[in-house]
Parts: sequence; structure tokens; C-alpha cells
Amino acid sequence: MNDFPIIKVNNLIKDYAMGKQCFRALNDVNLSFKMGEFCGLVGPSGSGKTTLLNIIGALDNPTSGDAIVMDKSITVLNHKEAAKMRNESIGFIFQTYNLLPVYSVFENVEFPLLLLKKNKTEREEAVMRALEWVGLSGKANSRPNQLSGGESQRVAVARAMVKLPKIVLADEPTANLDAANSHNILKTMQNLNHELKTTFIFATHDEKVIGYLHRKVMLNDGKVIDDVNLN
Amino acid sequence: MLIIKLAFRNIIHAGLRTWLNVIVLSFAFVLIILIEGLYDGMSEQVKDAEIDSNVGGGQFWQKDYDPYDSFSLERSHAEIPAELKQEIKRGNASAVLIVSASIFPRNLIQSVSLKGIDPDQKIVNLPVSILKEERDTNVIPGLIGSRMAKSTGLQAGDYVSVRWRNINGTFDAGDIKIENVIDLNLPSIDNGQIWIPLEKLRNMMRIPGQATIITLKKNIDRIPADSRDWIFKDYNYLLKDLNDNISRKRLYSNFMFSLLLGMALLAVFDTQVLSIFRRRKEIGTLMALGMTRWSVIGLFTLEGCLLGILAFIAGSIYGYPILAYLAKEGLVLPRMIERSQFAVLLTLYPKYGLHLYVVTSLILLISVIIVSFLPTRKITTLKPTDALKGKFS
Repeated sequence: MNDFPIIKVNNLIKDYAMGKQCFRALNDVNLSFKMGEFCGLVGPSGSGKTTLLNIIGALDNPTSGDAIVMDKSITVLNHKEAAKMRNESIGFIFQTYNLLPVYSVFENVEFPLLLLKKNKTEREEAVMRALEWVGLSGKANSRPNQLSGGESQRVAVARAMVKLPKIVLADEPTANLDAANSHNILKTMQNLNHELKTTFIFATHDEKVIGYLHRKVMLNDGKVIDDVNLN
Repeated sequence: MLIIKLAFRNIIHAGLRTWLNVIVLSFAFVLIILIEGLYDGMSEQVKDAEIDSNVGGGQFWQKDYDPYDSFSLERSHAEIPAELKQEIKRGNASAVLIVSASIFPRNLIQSVSLKGIDPDQKIVNLPVSILKEERDTNVIPGLIGSRMAKSTGLQAGDYVSVRWRNINGTFDAGDIKIENVIDLNLPSIDNGQIWIPLEKLRNMMRIPGQATIITLKKNIDRIPADSRDWIFKDYNYLLKDLNDNISRKRLYSNFMFSLLLGMALLAVFDTQVLSIFRRRKEIGTLMALGMTRWSVIGLFTLEGCLLGILAFIAGSIYGYPILAYLAKEGLVLPRMIERSQFAVLLTLYPKYGLHLYVVTSLILLISVIIVSFLPTRKITTLKPTDALKGKFS
């Protein structure tokens, strides 16, 4: 693992308006993640895991404080720059897979490369390589509605990894999967982290996931209550 | 290219929703072209009929003649100048004498215009040659149109008493025999008019050699100069009322155009609103994958546009044979349409020019782009995190 901090979160506060009340989802969070970490944000529902993940992924802005991702402050990025950053450097994996239903497995995985304007040969090579990583080479022409939950999530992993991003953010990636599929997915991601040195950050409260983590950041009521290195 | 491919996939994937929209839009497209074509065809047919049966190549009017003032008829007759007489002799013009009179059908008095015309004339398309077939010199042979027949109850073979005042101001009377009732498509030569032989009317009025109107042959090479008593009226002047009438009718066609287009666009708008609402999560995913908001807006707008393009293609495929058939065979109108004060023919031939096709297609496409875009403005304020959760900000 490289000691270079790829993500730095400083005094991060995120408030949500709930009617006339204000709900503080993140309360003065300070964290840093090194390149190649396999780390989890762990905590109960409402602890601020997904909010932190969204801010790191430039999908949301903090109320105050800053998140610096690959030397760029999230707070100063406009919509276009944030989209560019997500496109080039960040892969997302969602709990509900979020595959595009009108595309085949191959096309779903190819989609981020089309946004990056890669040429056809590069795209084909990268997609087939990513599908091999997740063991779905034989399902390239299938549609999302023809896949099981585990297969769909593996496609989502391939889609996140195909562009070789520096960071992969996974929000409850095993929540909809059974134990066997969860272990399969986590093993795949662990291998990719090992081989490609991609930084993986999970938001989870699934014990199965926690067993694979190298670092566990415990969140409760928007605050970091513990940060444990599990290696 | 990516957006086009994705938009196309999305609308095909939408299945029945897409095809219902395409059917509604294409139906509106074909119907708009048909209605506009019918109005264009009708306008052209009516203008042609007006020129063929009444206006000819323009008319010389006796200087006092005013078609909107029936009292002017008492003085609107004069000797035909030599130059126009020459044209009549050459077969390039025809004289009409117009006189006010009263008839007594069904024991009721009714004002009419007696129009004297040469039964041998070939200038206007009126079947007046039948007027010379009457052998009984004591009766006045007359020809009326179907509107006049309906309003008076007269039929072919009927006799009707007529009273007029001759040049000396003396009332005179006689009987007109209705030789025939014909379908005259133009109210301007039908309503309140009886066509009789020119010489007979001149004799009745005791004004030999005089006329009210000289109608020139269509496409005549040279138009004689105006004289002291005779003023030339060209096409534009003579067709002004008709053109005004067509413009008024055009308002109705424009209303139909807007109504059909509005209904079709409402379907597209509704689909777009529903589509954006149902696909919030997909919008969030696209943003998370790196698409900008404007690219997502472009995608949804393009989906709407593709509906318009598919409708245009579908409408062209199934609409062309229908429209071509109607243009060839015409559209037979019910006879009750004859009551209309607007000149109509019983068979209308729609006329579709390239201009109509292109303009209608462009209006349809541009309108579809606008209504496809309007609902997508919501995406500009949509936060990706909210979209991923399936809610709007």
C-alpha cells in the first residue's frame, strides 16, 4: 500500500434540512485514506456512511469543511468538473446494482469507456478483461433481467473497475445478496484491490464485509468513533 | 453518438408506451396534412371554378355597376364600345346584361337578378346553350342553379311569372320557363339569379346592344383599354371576396391544426414527465457514471425527438398511400354542404405540396423537441444523491 493519502476529509459537516429542523448527518469528520486501501465505513443506519461516501464521490457537497480527492477539493468543483472526476477516477457500486436495463452486460460495462471516448479496440479489450475478473465472460450478451442478483452485482463491479479507477466507492454492495454471492463478490473485489492497487471504500454494516476489510472506520451519529487497522 | 444510441434503446425498450405515442403523433401528422391539403385543394378548385364559370380573364364593368347595390342595376348598362365588340366577335369576350326583377314562385314575391347571356358564348363555363332550344317565343327560357331552385322551389319545366321595369320605367311582365336546374358550385352565379338569353333580355328592357359586364377570355393576349363608360377589373379585384372568404376559412383549418398538434404534443409531454419520474434512479446512475446534467437532459430530450422522427417515418409510410389515394379519387362531400354560402364542390381533391409536407414535418419536430425538453428542466435542479434514492430535490 502506498502512503500517499488519496482522500483527505477535513472537519467535514453535512446538515440536511428536515422541515424547520436541521439534521446533522456528518459532524466534524476528519479522515484520510491511502492509495490501495480496502476500507469500510461501518455503522448503523443514519450514522452518515452513505453521506460521506457521496461527498467523497463528488455526488454531494458538504455544508462545511472539505474533502480533497486526488488533490482536488470537492467543494470547488462545478457540476461538469465533478462529473469529469467521477467519470475518470471513481467507480461506484450500488446496493441495487443500478444496471442500465436496455443494455447488455457487455454494453453496461462498456458504458463508462464510451463516456471516456475510448476507441472500439480499447473498449472491447477492457470490457472482456473486466468481465473475466468477475467471471462473467460467458454472459456478455445477456440482459440485466436475465441475471441473478449475484451476477448483476458482479456486472456492477466490472462496470466500476473497467476504466481502472483510482477509487471505488461501494455502498452496501452485499445487502441484497446471499452469503455465497457476498463472499464471491468480496473475494473478487479483494483480488482487484490486490492486483490493481485500487482504493476500495465500503459503506456497510454487513458482518460478512467487515471480515474482508483491512481497515474499519466506525461511524455513529455522524461522528467517527473508532478507526481500526485490521491488518 | 452514445446519447443517440442510448436514447434509441430506451424508447424501443419502453415498448407499448413508445408505439402509442408514435401512433398518436403520426396520426396527427397525417391528419394535419390531409386537412391542410383539403383546404389548399378546395381553395384552388374554387378559384379555378370562379375563373372558369364567372371571372374569365377579367371583366369590364359598366362604370355605374356595383354588385353590392341592387339599385345601381337601373343605370348600369351601356353600349358596348367598338373595341370590345370586336373582341366579342372574335370570340375573345362575352357580354352579360344584369337587370333587377321580381318573380312569383309559390305565390310569393322574390327579388332576383336576371342575367342575359349569349347562349352561344364559350367564354365562361356555363351550360347556357340550352337556352336557345326553346321554340315558344312567348316564354322566356331560363336556367337556374341548385341553390336558387332550393330557395324558390322551382324545378326544370316549371313556369314562373316575372316582372321587370324597362328603360322607360314601365313595369312589364312575362313567364320564364325553367329549362334546366344545374349544379353551379359558385353562389356568385347561383343565388337569386336567373340566366336568360341576352337578346331576349335586351328586348325586354328595350336596350338593344347594351350590357353590364363584358367578360374576357381566360389568358387573353391583350386587354383592351378602359373607355369612358367601361372600367376593367382584374383577377385580384374580382377574386378579392373569395380570397377573403378563404382566409376566414383558413382560420378554422389553423384551429384544427393547433388542436391536433396540441393533443399529440400533450401525449409526448405526458410521456416525458412520466418517464423522468419513473427513471430518477437511472438519472442518478448516469450522473454517478460521469454524465453531466446537460448530457442527461440531452438524452431525455432526444428520446422525445426520436418519437417525433419515428412518427414522421410511420406517418409517411402509412399516410402516403392514403393521401395519394384521396388526392387522386377525391373526397366526396355530403350534399347538405351545398347549403353553405361558401363555394364548394361535391368532390374535393386535396392538394399537398412539398411545402406543406416540409412545413408540417418541421412544425411537428420542433414542437416535439420543445415539449420533450420542457419536462427535463427538472433535471437541472436534481441532485445526483436524491436521484439515486429515487426522489426529486
